[in-house]
Amino acid sequence: MISIKEMTAKPVRLTEGHRLCAGCSEPVVAKQVLLATDKPVVVSNATGCFEVSTSGYPYSSWNVPWIHSAFENTAATISGVESAYRVLKRKGKIKDDMRFVCFAGDGATYDIGFQALSGAIERGHQFLFVCMNNEAYMNTGIQRSGATEKGASTTTCPSGTCIPGKREFPKDITKIVAAHELPYAAQASPHNWKDLIEKAAKGFEAGGPAFLNVISPCPRGWRYDSALTIDMSKLAVETCLWPLYEYDNGKWRITAESKRIAEGKAEKRPIMDWLKSQGRFKHLMDPKHSALVEEIQANVDRKWDELIRLSKH
Amino acid sequence: MKRIAANGDQAVALSWKQINPDVCASYPITPQTIIVEAFSDYVADGEVDTEYVCSESEHSSMSICIGAAAAGARSVTATASAGLAFMWEMLYIAASMRLPIVMTVANRALSGPINIHCDHSDAMGSRDSGWVQIFAENVQEAYDNSLMSFRIAEHPDVHLPVMNCLDGFIVTHAIESFTPVEDDQVKKFVGEYKPLLPLLDWKNPHSYGPFDMPDYYYEHKYQQAMAMNNVIPVFKEVAAEFEKLTGRKYDLIEKYMVDDAEYVAVAMGSTAGTLKAVVDDLRKEGHKVGCIKVRLFRPFPYQEIAKALEGKKAVAVMDRVISFGAVGPLFSDVRSAEFDNRIHPRTVNYVYGLGGRDVGVEDLKVVFREMEAGTAKNINYLGVKQ
Ligand SMILES: Cc1ncc(C[n+]2csc(CCOP(=O)(O)OP(=O)(O)O)c2C)c(N)n1
Ligand code: SF4
Repeated sequence: MISIKEMTAKPVRLTEGHRLCAGCSEPVVAKQVLLATDKPVVVSNATGCFEVSTSGYPYSSWNVPWIHSAFENTAATISGVESAYRVLKRKGKIKDDMRFVCFAGDGATYDIGFQALSGAIERGHQFLFVCMNNEAYMNTGIQRSGATEKGASTTTCPSGTCIPGKREFPKDITKIVAAHELPYAAQASPHNWKDLIEKAAKGFEAGGPAFLNVISPCPRGWRYDSALTIDMSKLAVETCLWPLYEYDNGKWRITAESKRIAEGKAEKRPIMDWLKSQGRFKHLMDPKHSALVEEIQANVDRKWDELIRLSKH
Repeated sequence: MKRIAANGDQAVALSWKQINPDVCASYPITPQTIIVEAFSDYVADGEVDTEYVCSESEHSSMSICIGAAAAGARSVTATASAGLAFMWEMLYIAASMRLPIVMTVANRALSGPINIHCDHSDAMGSRDSGWVQIFAENVQEAYDNSLMSFRIAEHPDVHLPVMNCLDGFIVTHAIESFTPVEDDQVKKFVGEYKPLLPLLDWKNPHSYGPFDMPDYYYEHKYQQAMAMNNVIPVFKEVAAEFEKLTGRKYDLIEKYMVDDAEYVAVAMGSTAGTLKAVVDDLRKEGHKVGCIKVRLFRPFPYQEIAKALEGKKAVAVMDRVISFGAVGPLFSDVRSAEFDNRIHPRTVNYVYGLGGRDVGVEDLKVVFREMEAGTAKNINYLGVKQ
């Protein structure tokens, strides 16, 4: 594993000058991922905050080949790029060993982009798909997605006098992806750059499709002070809402802080710490919603226990 | 090369085999499926070394072609009807990225009610997406247009995607004899693919598909429009070269007995062939009739059409599609060509053949008869049971 100092000497693949909000975690995640390989990479980006903010013509923050085609098809687009690479290599027109990565929001992964992602994984293209999971459609103004936490208030599942925010739990896309039995899938968090980069590096070298789901705090959509983004991602892990783990060729392994919590070496913080840190859950602080808070806690516990069980096999 | 027998889909697949494209994205839909099946045989037998990607949908097939073409690969696919409609969003993106993707469309009606047979509603739905659209009359043309499509798409003055349209079942499934070009001559004619600004050239990184604000979007669309204008001279140049190679002469439109005709029917695709037979019959009876086949539909050959229709008494434009609440798309193009050139033959619209309704010689004679008698309405629904 390389040190931070060594990393700072690496070429900058995503430059400054983009138009993401102050405190946005998405460029942090992307930079960490792009530090995980020294091979030439081609990036395919789904429509969303990250794409519109880094590519406004005639400027670009990209120092690597980059393509955005639409919201739902970043995995299909990279399938095409990677197929071109395979055939041109076979025909001797390309010599270099190259890598392919998708960056997509949770909307572009869990919802509209899921079919293309599933198809591309099933076909076995060699690419790393990175979901920058900010738990809502942020680019269009904080609407609910299949990744939005139960009880969160968004502009399409607002907390009102009758309904306290989103009614459903998010789907567990990392497990759904793992069920494709691809070489590698993992969850990561930008606060633990070492864990994230190691996982991205494994994903790049998996020899087939790989998936990385990264919790990506959004100060706009989550309603917290933009200086606290990294703290927020850490809190997600400490509450076990966002366990760090990997599915590596059939083996489940809990990693980093999550591993320490699982081993009893670190504290598992209550979900209330998470809920009270963000404006999107403000309404849940009213004691009349205590049953809902308990439900969220119970769901975190159930999933956490299940993960521990999986990792013991 | 000697004549062989094949249907239109097999002929297109043969052209692809001879070209050996880098990437082929495939998803089955009638009446196109034979193409991707036949091509998969070539792949399985090692007759081509194409990367053959069986996608999970047409939306992804077009996305794969976009990724592959941007990466620097010669890319092909085929679809029809619902599949083309499912690609709609990506058609615009392929064209705006100026990617020379070639796609065969086996023209088929759109739902509902679901119907698998020929009409042009799929192609017309994608009319304004920025693709060049070429229509074939028969198997020979399906094959020849396929070869020429690559040259037009990849021409440096064009660099736009091309749709090779064939009438579903009529051209795609009817077995006809046709004359293919020799393998090595195809290779020479189509040439080695030289991609422009490929993504895989990582030492010179390029961005495809960035975000445009109002200060640039319009200019980018303007550049696309200018590239479309270049298609007409490029088509002629490519067709002339093709004629030298094969002796088969193709132009933007094909005129049949038009010069001295008083009554002319205009159509696209297989119907143009039937119209020629009708014209032959009616000429024998002394009627001064002719027909025009529009081969290149986008960009539309306004000048050529107007010139061909000068001095005619009446013109019937045949649309194999309904534009609900409006006249047919071919009709409105033909009429604006006439208007701009200040020629005013009585011009009427015939909607016909929807959902694969058979249109034979006798059916089409009605069109000329009504034109001559002056009984045709502005919009006529040929052969509809009322
Ligand atoms: C087919 C289609 N539907 C809807 C949109 C509008 N749209 C653009 S980005 C976006 C949300 C993006 O959300 P997500 O993928 O979670 O990324 P984020 O912006 O949150 O990073 C939506 C709904 C679109 N571009 N295309
Ligand atoms: S809205 Fe959220 S995800 Fe989008 S740029 Fe701002 S902080 Fe980042």
